[in-house]
Amino acid sequence: MLDIQTQLFESQDLRLGPIDHEKDPEIESKWTHSSEFMRLMDTEPARPLSAAVIKKQYEKLEKRVEENKNLFHFMVRLKADDRLIGKATIQWIEWTNGNAFLRLGIGLADDWRKGYGTQALKLLLRIAFAELNLFRVSAIVPEYNQAAVALLHKFGFVQEVCRRSALERDGRRWDLYVFGLLRDEWQNRSTG
Amino acid sequence: MKDLFRGELVRFTLEEPETSTKAAILWQRDSEFQRLLDNNPVQSNSEKKFREGFEKEAENGFKPERCGFSVRTLAEDRFIGFLSIWLDLIHREAWVGLGIGAREDWSKGYGTDMLKLCQQYVFSELSMKRLSLGLFEYNPRALRSYEKCGFRLEGRTRMDTMREGKRVDSLWMGILREEWLQMQEGEGK
Amino acid sequence: MKDVLTGKLVRLSAFDPEEMSKSWSRWILNSEYFRLLFSSARPLYSPKAELKWMEEEVGEISPANYFFGIRTLAEDKLIGELGLEVVDWSGREAFVGLGIGESEYWSKGYGTDIMNILLRFAFTEVNLKRVSLGVFEYNPRAIRSYEKAGFRLEGRLRSLLHREGRRWDNLFMGILREEWLELNHESPGAGNGVG
Repeated sequence: MLDIQTQLFESQDLRLGPIDHEKDPEIESKWTHSSEFMRLMDTEPARPLSAAVIKKQYEKLEKRVEENKNLFHFMVRLKADDRLIGKATIQWIEWTNGNAFLRLGIGLADDWRKGYGTQALKLLLRIAFAELNLFRVSAIVPEYNQAAVALLHKFGFVQEVCRRSALERDGRRWDLYVFGLLRDEWQNRSTG
Repeated sequence: MKDLFRGELVRFTLEEPETSTKAAILWQRDSEFQRLLDNNPVQSNSEKKFREGFEKEAENGFKPERCGFSVRTLAEDRFIGFLSIWLDLIHREAWVGLGIGAREDWSKGYGTDMLKLCQQYVFSELSMKRLSLGLFEYNPRALRSYEKCGFRLEGRTRMDTMREGKRVDSLWMGILREEWLQMQEGEGK
Repeated sequence: MKDVLTGKLVRLSAFDPEEMSKSWSRWILNSEYFRLLFSSARPLYSPKAELKWMEEEVGEISPANYFFGIRTLAEDKLIGELGLEVVDWSGREAFVGLGIGESEYWSKGYGTDIMNILLRFAFTEVNLKRVSLGVFEYNPRAIRSYEKAGFRLEGRLRSLLHREGRRWDNLFMGILREEWLELNHESPGAGNGVG
């Protein structure tokens, strides 16, 4: 029988949900002031943003979700106190090819190494494969983001591409990896 | 100093929106051309849509992150295709996409010549450190051409494209500035 | 990875026109401050007008422009503003402009600290090759601060400024990536690889 009981949005500690336009900008603004977070999350130069700018970005984001229909965006919150701890997206969805790219970030260093990344990625993968019916998902990660590389390996992602010296930071070049996970591979791990 | 826009078989130029429009509408008819170029579903855009697109591009003028060329043969001055460059100004990486519209012009060495000009432009004029491109598993002609120019295969995203009921890989390739310089030295340029 | 937003005394924060225009309108009432920043006479504008102008300035996010507020690490107080503008991608050159609005923070090493962070950001995050700036001849405090950060005097725009009945030069200073790397004991190509 089709399992629609297992919650797509909830894990042990986390809940995936919508943007809170009033409360979230201030929190996300704080994340953008962390050089470490920004350099792990993005390849663009770390740029602190005000809550006002983030609020505008949220509006543009929701508009894109509505118009392009190739993007799903979730805020990640702790179930215990509803605190915003991160964000997760399934983007660049190509429906005819069954492919999409995943992005996931936990904002504050204090929230790292608590297993939240694992929980969030697990939820994201279930939505991608069991709800969006994608055939594969991809993720792009810089070589220096060892935590992300480890997390992807944990879920069985295969490192498929090494874009050599594609990034420059701290005065040297770094490789950018492209990882991929096929639905069959995800399925086997989930049941196994 | 070298002529940046003149190769051995082709030259870079820029066509008027009207010329580009007429060509685009014709080339679009060939679904194989479209499928080699892109893994999004094939399209049937109107002349109006193409014209508006090209005119807008002309109006927008110079943008440091984007560089587009039209390609003409040296022999007959025929407009045969295009080459587009996108730049990541921060990390000094360029991406190239190219297309030769008419199948009679395929396998004549035009693509390789276009790419060589592109590499020269990107590395010695734009001072980029890396040039990347992507292609599909079902385009062996392009793969040969790119390898000839020194691009290295950096990986394959497995089965990320589905066509004719089959799932196929996308190939990711790149060439670094140092590698291109070495090739130049090798050729005694 | 190194922290490209934090120094020893201050950190770079978001440039929020709402907040900045209020502080700025207060700072600019100190005529010494605006004479150090502006080459020509400038009328006083209302906070609302400054806000509008600032929103236009920092409106679009682009790889060529970076605007920051400067906050003390000790009290998280907004004490000034900083801007970096890439003028030439081929040469990978940018201009920097900075102002410490709260005058009690002058001559205490804040300027040098800010410039050090800015240069790290410019050379190792935006990956530029040179940073330039202009500073007025009658601003010795800033000139010393920039020299400490590694800037070299490259030229003078003679008699550009006219104040207090005489003419003054605008000094043109610049620093190259290699020079900054050497000054900070970082060889090109080095950098820890820890995630």
